[in-house]
Amino acid sequence: MAQSVLEGTEAERGDVEDVAKVKERATKLERLTKALPDKVHTWPYLVRLEMMVGTALMAFMTIWSIVVDAPLEEPANPTKTPNPSKAPWYFLGLQELLVYFDAWFAGVVLPGMIIVGLMIIPYVDINPKGNGYYCFKERRFAISFYLFGFLVLWIATVIIGTFFRGPGWYMFTPGEYWDVHKTVAITNMDWPTKFGITGFWPSFAFGAATTLGFLFGPPAVYWKLKGQTSQALQKLGSVRYWIVAFFVMSMAGVVVKMILRLGFNVKYIMVGPMGFNI
Amino acid sequence: MEKKGWWDVVRSSYVWKSVFRHEYQDTYRNRVLQVSSNVFLHLHPTKIRRHALRLRFTWCMGGITFLLFLILVVTGVILMFYYRPTGEYAYHDMKYLQFDVPFGMIMRNMHRWGAHAMVIAVWLHMFRVFMTGSYKPPREFNWVIGVNLLVFTLLLSFTGYLLPWDQLSIWAVTVGTNMGRATPLLGHEGPFAELVGVNARYDARALLTAGRLVGPATLLRFYVLHCIFIPLVAAVLMIVHFWRVRKDGGISGPL
Repeated sequence: MAQSVLEGTEAERGDVEDVAKVKERATKLERLTKALPDKVHTWPYLVRLEMMVGTALMAFMTIWSIVVDAPLEEPANPTKTPNPSKAPWYFLGLQELLVYFDAWFAGVVLPGMIIVGLMIIPYVDINPKGNGYYCFKERRFAISFYLFGFLVLWIATVIIGTFFRGPGWYMFTPGEYWDVHKTVAITNMDWPTKFGITGFWPSFAFGAATTLGFLFGPPAVYWKLKGQTSQALQKLGSVRYWIVAFFVMSMAGVVVKMILRLGFNVKYIMVGPMGFNI
Repeated sequence: MEKKGWWDVVRSSYVWKSVFRHEYQDTYRNRVLQVSSNVFLHLHPTKIRRHALRLRFTWCMGGITFLLFLILVVTGVILMFYYRPTGEYAYHDMKYLQFDVPFGMIMRNMHRWGAHAMVIAVWLHMFRVFMTGSYKPPREFNWVIGVNLLVFTLLLSFTGYLLPWDQLSIWAVTVGTNMGRATPLLGHEGPFAELVGVNARYDARALLTAGRLVGPATLLRFYVLHCIFIPLVAAVLMIVHFWRVRKDGGISGPL
């Protein structure tokens, strides 16, 4: 730091009178940096901070617990199903996905993929930059991808499930009267039916082709176009590339299915044997 | 010779010195000993990098999560004194806690709100760790442990959700555990269940709920999972998590 100040800007170097000034500033900076070493004692600096944050948190929790009572409804009654029945709020994103997928996918496979996907992040993100500080420019893809998953697929679906879903899991705006008799005509159609394809096996084949084509088609094309020329892809290697591509396309697929369901009344993309529907 | 005050007498006593191995005076040596000779504080290194103090960098979310866990352990143990996990008593014990036990309501409130706060704190902690790229080498595996801790936090919260044994709990847990019966191969309504031959009494969901419905057997099962099994597993993972933070070079930061 001191070095760069000594070199100075062009204006500073050109002006002889200012050299003394610049030097003085440099020594002052040097003293400051010496006084501020990179490492500090845990006691008292960190312990003090922890104590303050801890005290504030305990105070906050105490006040919250005095002011707001935890809910306690009627005793558990297996014969009286409330409408709507909602899972705990942090699972409402997954419950919301039940609108778009069958339970085996929304409730089992997707959560499994979220957990596995999170765990493999460090092993597929080989970009050495941005380790230990906030930045966006050096990790555009990683951060955009994560923000999308976190904010859209996680937080937004939790908010929709918590505040916008009422009886029958129909959409209600917050504050709107929850009419338990609300019905909406179901006009959903399976994806192959939209194209006039009938019969179990032809439909299954068409649906499976669509699903697999969506998951693996675009990454294959991208790899074909860029695989040999892009240094980043070369470094990543094909195994890591396909793992990342699979998760990216799956995540995109969830959104595409949501759009198809809400906008175009598509029920299943693929209707398979023994309940293997997506 | 100067006359010693009572405080000096205490501090120079044999007993005092057996407990506190060093002076309190603010010296370099004592600052180090204060941390390294204290079993709780020695979780920390004696010196840390300056930016680790910046709340804008850490949000203090890992520490907040841990403190919330401790709050939940303490309030949870207190609640355990008054609560019986059976169909007959559970709900009555909730009422008893709320209306008759001194400070029962506030303990219950703190346990419940603390659980919600912990879920949020874990999410924020993960968010901040991702945004600072702190999962990058050499901290890859600690991120994996962290993801496991996230899962166990959610499971802790979910198993606890059933214990009040009111309409809210039983139906929330019914919705949640219903996913079990849709598990591919292992749930009786899941794809390919016919191939495995599972049925409503013997499948993934029945394993979770100890039967075909969420009932008293489920309550006991969730109680044991909530109070014994998951906290122990989570605590072990936390030990590994904290230990590795140090072993992987302390809190992350620009090189």
